[in-house]
Amino acid sequence: MALDPKTLAYAFDEEAAGFSAPPRATPLARTLLHRLAAALSGLGALALVLFLAGLELGGGWGALGATFGLLSCGATLWFYVEFKDTVPGIRHDDTFFRGIQNRGLLGWALGLFLTGFYVVLYFYDDWKGRGLPAVLDRPAQLLDPLARLLSGENASRWFLYGFLYTLAVGLFGVRMLWKYRHNRYQRVRTLSVMGFQLGLAFLLPNLLKLFHQPEFYFSYFWPLKKEYLFPSDLAGLWHGGGFAQFAVFWTVALALVGVPVLTYFVGKRWYCSWVCGCGGLAETLGDPFRQQSSKAPAAWKLERWLIHSVLVLIVVTTALLWINSASGGRVLGSASQDFAKFYGFWIGSIFSGVIGVGFYPLLGSRVWCRFGCPQAAILGLVQRLFSRFRITTNGGQCMSCGNCSTYCEMGIDVRSYAQRSENIVRASCVGCGVCAAVCPRGVLKLENGLPGDRFEGAENPWKTLVDSLQRQDGFGYEPWRAPKG
Amino acid sequence: MHVAIVGNGVTGVSAALRLRALRPDWRITLVSGESSYHYSRPALMYVFMGHMRYQDTKPFPDSFWGEQRLELVRAWVTRLDLEQKRLELHGRTPLAFDQLLLATGSKSNRFGWPGQELEGVQGLWDLMDLKRLSESCERGARAAVIVGGGLIGVELAEMLHARGLHVTFLVREKSYWNGILPPEESAMVTREIRAHGVELRLERQLASIEDDGQGRVAAVVTDRGERLPCQIVGLTAGVSPNLDLVKDSGIKTGRGILVDRKLRTNVPDVYAAGDCAEIVQPGRNLLQQVWYTGKMQGEHAAEVMCGAEQDYDSGLWFNSAKFFDLEYQTYGRVNLKVPGEENLYWEHAGGRKALRLVHLGGQVIGINVMGLRLRHEVCERWLAEGRDVAHVLAQLGEANFDPEFFARHEAEIAAAFGARSAQGVA
Repeated sequence: MALDPKTLAYAFDEEAAGFSAPPRATPLARTLLHRLAAALSGLGALALVLFLAGLELGGGWGALGATFGLLSCGATLWFYVEFKDTVPGIRHDDTFFRGIQNRGLLGWALGLFLTGFYVVLYFYDDWKGRGLPAVLDRPAQLLDPLARLLSGENASRWFLYGFLYTLAVGLFGVRMLWKYRHNRYQRVRTLSVMGFQLGLAFLLPNLLKLFHQPEFYFSYFWPLKKEYLFPSDLAGLWHGGGFAQFAVFWTVALALVGVPVLTYFVGKRWYCSWVCGCGGLAETLGDPFRQQSSKAPAAWKLERWLIHSVLVLIVVTTALLWINSASGGRVLGSASQDFAKFYGFWIGSIFSGVIGVGFYPLLGSRVWCRFGCPQAAILGLVQRLFSRFRITTNGGQCMSCGNCSTYCEMGIDVRSYAQRSENIVRASCVGCGVCAAVCPRGVLKLENGLPGDRFEGAENPWKTLVDSLQRQDGFGYEPWRAPKG
Repeated sequence: MHVAIVGNGVTGVSAALRLRALRPDWRITLVSGESSYHYSRPALMYVFMGHMRYQDTKPFPDSFWGEQRLELVRAWVTRLDLEQKRLELHGRTPLAFDQLLLATGSKSNRFGWPGQELEGVQGLWDLMDLKRLSESCERGARAAVIVGGGLIGVELAEMLHARGLHVTFLVREKSYWNGILPPEESAMVTREIRAHGVELRLERQLASIEDDGQGRVAAVVTDRGERLPCQIVGLTAGVSPNLDLVKDSGIKTGRGILVDRKLRTNVPDVYAAGDCAEIVQPGRNLLQQVWYTGKMQGEHAAEVMCGAEQDYDSGLWFNSAKFFDLEYQTYGRVNLKVPGEENLYWEHAGGRKALRLVHLGGQVIGINVMGLRLRHEVCERWLAEGRDVAHVLAQLGEANFDPEFFARHEAEIAAAFGARSAQGVA
């Protein structure tokens, strides 16, 4: 017998038992700055609780500074001290050992909290109508000075939501800037989503109100912002003066021409991980949870069915509204409006908000973008079939470690392409670039080149489209193939 | 036709996939005592540090094997019965085969150090090693000593350091991995290891390992008489072909399982590939023990089993690694002290990026980069076409594989090298 008896006695079942966290030999060093950051955040949180409980804390800007101001300073300092003493590089130690990042108790608690927040936010009138506590009124009050400054009005719950959203993108954007301070692609991209969120999705729409112009979001287009191609909304804007007419021109031109043209040149990333607010939140607040997206083949199948169904739904809804409008309401009566309401409730509220953000800690940061967003579906079709964008695999250098797939927020099994030396050209890829960043062998590169050399069949996109539709597994599926040889 | 493959690492699996592609009707069985499914061995470190879960290291979904009709047997092979063409399995009925591929991989080297059998002393090769390492941490290990400065040593240092252990890294050489890395790159990695807080001690060898009285490690004693208390000793002084199974089987061995350039052993229908194989060829025999060659040899063995006539040719030598946060790529012939070779070396002012061109009278024969990414295809083409330094410098941008927006250094490199050739240094 040549084998070591110890080897033969080895009876560990790695599938059933897995590998748990090896205990740390020494606790993580917590410096004075850590404590200061925690104290600032703690004070801010305490002030917020006191304010919600009825204390005025001086009111106005003072109260805002004592609550969100302190919290923001604390969080910014915390993210700084977390990374400042580390060598610049990928810092993913302990990711799967922390419950909050790996569906532990904290993860579920956070998921419930976020989901609950969205339920209250979207159904607040119903909520209050049933005599439940008006939990969002008081925090909105806190923001009154800021809201009055920007928009001339007191803060509504939607102002509160916009503020919290922008704050989350800002603070966790700072975290991304520190975390990826060695990676200029990540830094530029993060600054971009922070800028678009703050400027075009928060400040400008509020300032427009201040100047008595229609509240308009220049960074959202149909079909994500579905109203922006609905006949009644466009008509309403069109009568709103010169600025509003420019807005109509802008949003129609972008939706119909700008989106496909830009996607042709650089892929869907220009929108999904550089401009979009949903993408912006996913890339900042969502970054700690990106590893929770499912890479199972079944999830990919569900994705293809769901996202294209939502696209069909919104196209049909929009078409019905236009038919109705053109016929002066004679053809469909109120049916098209009912259809639009149905879409707004189930897709706009439940899917994109409650599930999309609420489930960050459970299903990863891109649930909405991956399974539901009709804008992503359009961008994806263009990217897959008619774009210059691809992720190039560097020869035969992949050693199948799986960092790329693990940290793909869209649930793409990046490794399955890299290990057979194929480019990654997937409709869902938002081009965040994290796969390339975490690859320990420098195997992946996001780049734009000639569309025809991206994958087998790319030179004939229409045929590829028709072929894939005829496949039993449905659009976009590429069965595993043997390595080339 | 039934092909049995012993070992489900990258070599065995690459062979199985190639066989399936070429022979849809053959029966193919992968046998492993270590794991139920193929996983990526280089990813073990990420499981230990919490970057990934074990299941994330599996390159194919579990459903894949059934779809591809590849049979998986979880059992240790206890004996090769080459006369009856069957594998004797631990606790299972024997498995008959028509053709056999041995892809048994490597074992960590142990050089007969006193105390090397103590609990807490281990290499880093397989799941058992990962489990042992975890158990040592659970027993409260606070300090570790790693012996031997190769790639696995650095990985182990990074892993244990990530769990808060005090790590001392003993390297026999004057600077880290200087058998492979030229002095400047070696110095750069040395700096990187130290920057992360690992105590790197150069020109040290292991003399003995002390027992704590209960069969566990208490300390390491170096050849300079230093005593380093520790609870984990990582032995990473290289690996050797795993020959446990072929001893006394009639299969000829040298350092590894001896095979010809078609990866055939001396026994008909028995092949060997990957880390365990030693390819007999004129001059020095070939022993290749990296991921890429394992993959290529596995695929080649499959093709030979299906009747291919070509000899194995590993093509251009390349490799890549990551030392903590410092990436490294190499192509062609670097640090081999080829007679007449000259080196052009550029290092970024920050000290974490470098590029080296090795040339023979102007013709580039090797490329090294640290902290930069190069495009494999382009480097391979340059070396195959025998391009000269001027061409490579003029086209350097084409080989850039860094992410978009990264600082570009082509002009600086060309200027630095140009200045040096003008002075006659190059």
